Amino acid sequence: MSAQASARERRERALRVALPIIVFALVIAMWAAAVGFWHIQPYVLPAPGVVLRTLVTDWPVLGQSLLVTLTTTIEGFVLAGLGGFGLAVLFNWSRYVEYSFYPYAVILQVTPVIAIAPLLLVYLAQPTAVLVCAWIVAFFPVLANTTLGLRSVDRNLVDLFALYGASPARVMWDLKLPAALPYVLGGLRIAGGLALVGAVAAEIAAGSGGAGSGLAFRIMEAQYRLNIPRMFAALLLLSVAGLVIFYLLALVNYLALRRWHESALDGER
Amino acid sequence: MAPSAASRGTPLVALRGVGKTFPNGTLALKGLDLEVRQGEFLSLLGPSGCGKSTALRIIAGLSAPTEGKVEWGATDTQRTKTGRVGFVFQEPTLMPWTTVFNNVRLPLKLAGVAADTARERVSAALERVGLHNFSRVYPRELSGGMRMRVSIARALVTEPALLLMDEPFAALDEITRFKLNDDLLTMWHALGTTVVFVTHSVFESVYLSSRIAVMAAQPGRVFTELPIDAPYPRNADFRTSADYAALCRRTSDALARAMAAGGEP
Repeated sequence: MSAQASARERRERALRVALPIIVFALVIAMWAAAVGFWHIQPYVLPAPGVVLRTLVTDWPVLGQSLLVTLTTTIEGFVLAGLGGFGLAVLFNWSRYVEYSFYPYAVILQVTPVIAIAPLLLVYLAQPTAVLVCAWIVAFFPVLANTTLGLRSVDRNLVDLFALYGASPARVMWDLKLPAALPYVLGGLRIAGGLALVGAVAAEIAAGSGGAGSGLAFRIMEAQYRLNIPRMFAALLLLSVAGLVIFYLLALVNYLALRRWHESALDGER
Repeated sequence: MAPSAASRGTPLVALRGVGKTFPNGTLALKGLDLEVRQGEFLSLLGPSGCGKSTALRIIAGLSAPTEGKVEWGATDTQRTKTGRVGFVFQEPTLMPWTTVFNNVRLPLKLAGVAADTARERVSAALERVGLHNFSRVYPRELSGGMRMRVSIARALVTEPALLLMDEPFAALDEITRFKLNDDLLTMWHALGTTVVFVTHSVFESVYLSSRIAVMAAQPGRVFTELPIDAPYPRNADFRTSADYAALCRRTSDALARAMAAGGEP
């Protein structure tokens, strides 16, 4: 019974890895076949092989740009994490601070960043403007999730801490923060992807006038030059960067919660 | 052993004319008079909604009465200082993110007890509830009964003068509940702690208590008090004795009258 169940589970896990890879291989094969069959020109749709070759030959340029975009993303992510978390703790500390500032956090979130970016570029140097955009997009999920987490504390545990005369700082450190951890990590997972979105959106807003050299800038530049293979290569790098960020944060989430939180437990009970 | 007869009579804490109206206007308690005597095992028995949990929270200081007052015996004026009161909730209420050891250590940590002293006392408390081999385990890896044992160990780790328990075994199966009833009585004897135990089970209250306060609802108040004179230690023999059956019948009758006197259950 249990051997059967574990065999089924193994197969399930293998399929989870194999199926997306099979789909990927099929799409690439069809793409290559279509380009060959209809003799599509590379400046319309480059074959997968051409994209890969461009990635290698253009690596000095693209690698440099990847580094620029990743640096912005990581800086934006870290600042968003600290900012969102810090604000949430502050809001939890004082209701009045929350009343005063929460609406503005929401306004920053609901205004599309691509519309804010041009204005920021007027006032700030481009690298700073891009960083600020990444921050604006990424900090809200951390703020919202942490706020929710700090409020989701078991009320009996709050009573217990009160019974033993715990100070507000102790309640925050020993009760609210650990209880909020799964929520904080959930917020960070969303923020990681969004920081990349913010960085790219700002780079695009800066456009050809920008002095920067991030991947989005390379895509714009390649578009003007009808260098379609390079557009694809840069896009590929962005996707891979997004995937790596997502799975790294998922791993952190798993490692931090696997001992106790439902979301990270294995199937075994 | 149980405390001496002399100390048994002294009130440890008393509720005098206590009333509680919640901010939403609900009247939970009115004119509640209750004395908790040193060393006794007192049960608050009543239908759901009679305010027995509210009364317990008022004794603990977790909720303030809107009328009347809570008087503590002279020796216990320092009750807000940590460790005078232990509380066991309906659910185990453990911190899921840390080990059994750290859960039991919490009251000592909050009181600023040094780590080595704390370690010894936590070990002793876990030993008492039979979980000394589980100190490094996380709560989710334990059964419901074991989690409740951890919760009891945490409440007793400060060796409180008064242990307050709010229907602690209501969610457990009968076998586990009987076992925990027996273990609780053993600990009560060994530690000489005063216990106030909230329950809606006639059978549980008679088995455990030296005295039962039967409560009526709407508004919540003490309807009558019944001494349970059967000698300790009590065990399975007592559970099946004619004495026990008679006491249960008498308590049941009192509860039925309390419910008739109160409003809708």
